[in-house]
Amino acid sequence: MRLKRKDLLGIEELSAEEITLILTTAESFREVSEREIKKVPTLRGRTVINLFYEPSTRTRTSFEIAAKRMSADAVNISVSASSVVKGETLKDTARNLEAMRPDCIVIRHASAGTPHMLAGYVGCSVINAGDGAHEHPSQALLDMLTVKEKKGRIEGLKVAIIGDITHSRVARSNIYGFTRLGASVTVAGPPTMLPPGIEALGCKATTNMEAALKDTDVVMMLRIQLERQKESFFPTIREYSRLYGLNEEKLRKAKPDAVILHPGPINRGVEISSEVADGPYSLILDQVTNGVAVRMAVFYLLLGAAREE
Amino acid sequence: MLRFRGGVSPMKKIMMDDKAIERALARVAHEIIERNKGTEQLVILGIPTRGYHLAVRLQKKIEEIEGVKPPTGAVDATLYRDDLGIKKDQPPLKKMDIPISIDGKTIIMVDDVLFTGRTTRAAMNALMDFGRPLSIQLAVLVDRGHRELPIKADYVGKNIPTSRKEGVKVHLEETDGVSEVVTEAAVD
Repeated sequence: MRLKRKDLLGIEELSAEEITLILTTAESFREVSEREIKKVPTLRGRTVINLFYEPSTRTRTSFEIAAKRMSADAVNISVSASSVVKGETLKDTARNLEAMRPDCIVIRHASAGTPHMLAGYVGCSVINAGDGAHEHPSQALLDMLTVKEKKGRIEGLKVAIIGDITHSRVARSNIYGFTRLGASVTVAGPPTMLPPGIEALGCKATTNMEAALKDTDVVMMLRIQLERQKESFFPTIREYSRLYGLNEEKLRKAKPDAVILHPGPINRGVEISSEVADGPYSLILDQVTNGVAVRMAVFYLLLGAAREE
Repeated sequence: MLRFRGGVSPMKKIMMDDKAIERALARVAHEIIERNKGTEQLVILGIPTRGYHLAVRLQKKIEEIEGVKPPTGAVDATLYRDDLGIKKDQPPLKKMDIPISIDGKTIIMVDDVLFTGRTTRAAMNALMDFGRPLSIQLAVLVDRGHRELPIKADYVGKNIPTSRKEGVKVHLEETDGVSEVVTEAAVD
């Protein structure tokens, strides 16, 4: 049993069996992080390069910790301090990194498709840690793991994804993932943040948050990405918060045991109120814990066996 | 469940049946108690999948004899194997389940078949990451020989001399619907 692929570029290309394999493997890895000695020797001598062209704390740290707990050597390259600012192209950067014989490059980039392009240039594994508004596969995997942990299943669940769908790679990866495992997904957001034709990905779409929340098992709130909005998509933050922010009152529309996810970092009082974010049904910190386990599983499944030549 | 039994296939030979396995486990349970002068400080850890079920059976037998139920769990050796990154196929991960701190405890490690000794080595390394046991003792249902490492079982259900190419399979009620030990001739 293994992933028969070199790279993890998106959820779209994964079959239900592959997603399930990653989730089951991750369930076993959760235990490693609970030990006193949080390290297994499995990927001794392997090198992982974290190449981040966009700021990130959670994801980069999570990948780094995951690699280190597997005994791989993790190297972080932050672009502001690299040759990219001297004008080096992605292709040249890739060739140069490859010459140092890494086993895996984890890449985050503002442009959709960059990891795919990189995967074509290099022989080592490439993991997409977020490319533009396209995909963020490891985030969707950790979201699915978290839901599966709490609900025991994914099939048959109702999932509502609320917020800025247009700019969200997290939303896209989660739509692919949850629908592939048999959940029904509804996305909701202001008309300016709801791309026309999103239904083609297999979800329902609405501008009415209450309608999306009705009888839902999982509520996934998205961050308002102020840094991606050169123009404004809504009149004021207060108005957005009133219509699309999650508070206890709106949460009552969902099932009584509904769980709440947020990929972080959260804007308290904007898309989610503090009492909900810190409330009993919030899984925000479980998501972070599971993030390490999922990334360990991905490293194990991509790097843990001999290369198919 | 429909199965061929009683050596229907000439390639397959039943070496132990349900009763023989139970008798062997009962003897091993007595030996464990005798050698450790009781059950104090004992922790029984099976190597998944079948080693774990054998550990649970041993726990039951020890309880029947001594009236005490030693803590029992599972130690998965997968992440410590020496053939990861060499073999093209990847073994699925199993669950690790160490029920209590193993510091200062006597660990009875249980596996179904002892062959090269490599799994035992990996499992011992895994255990060492959880603490410093007083000692580790190895109990196996079948010892089929051909060790590649200096490892020896403390308790053996049955010695079955084999050729390297033969297969030895342990089937257990819990996982396979029937309990038996079979040898299979090498298929070329």
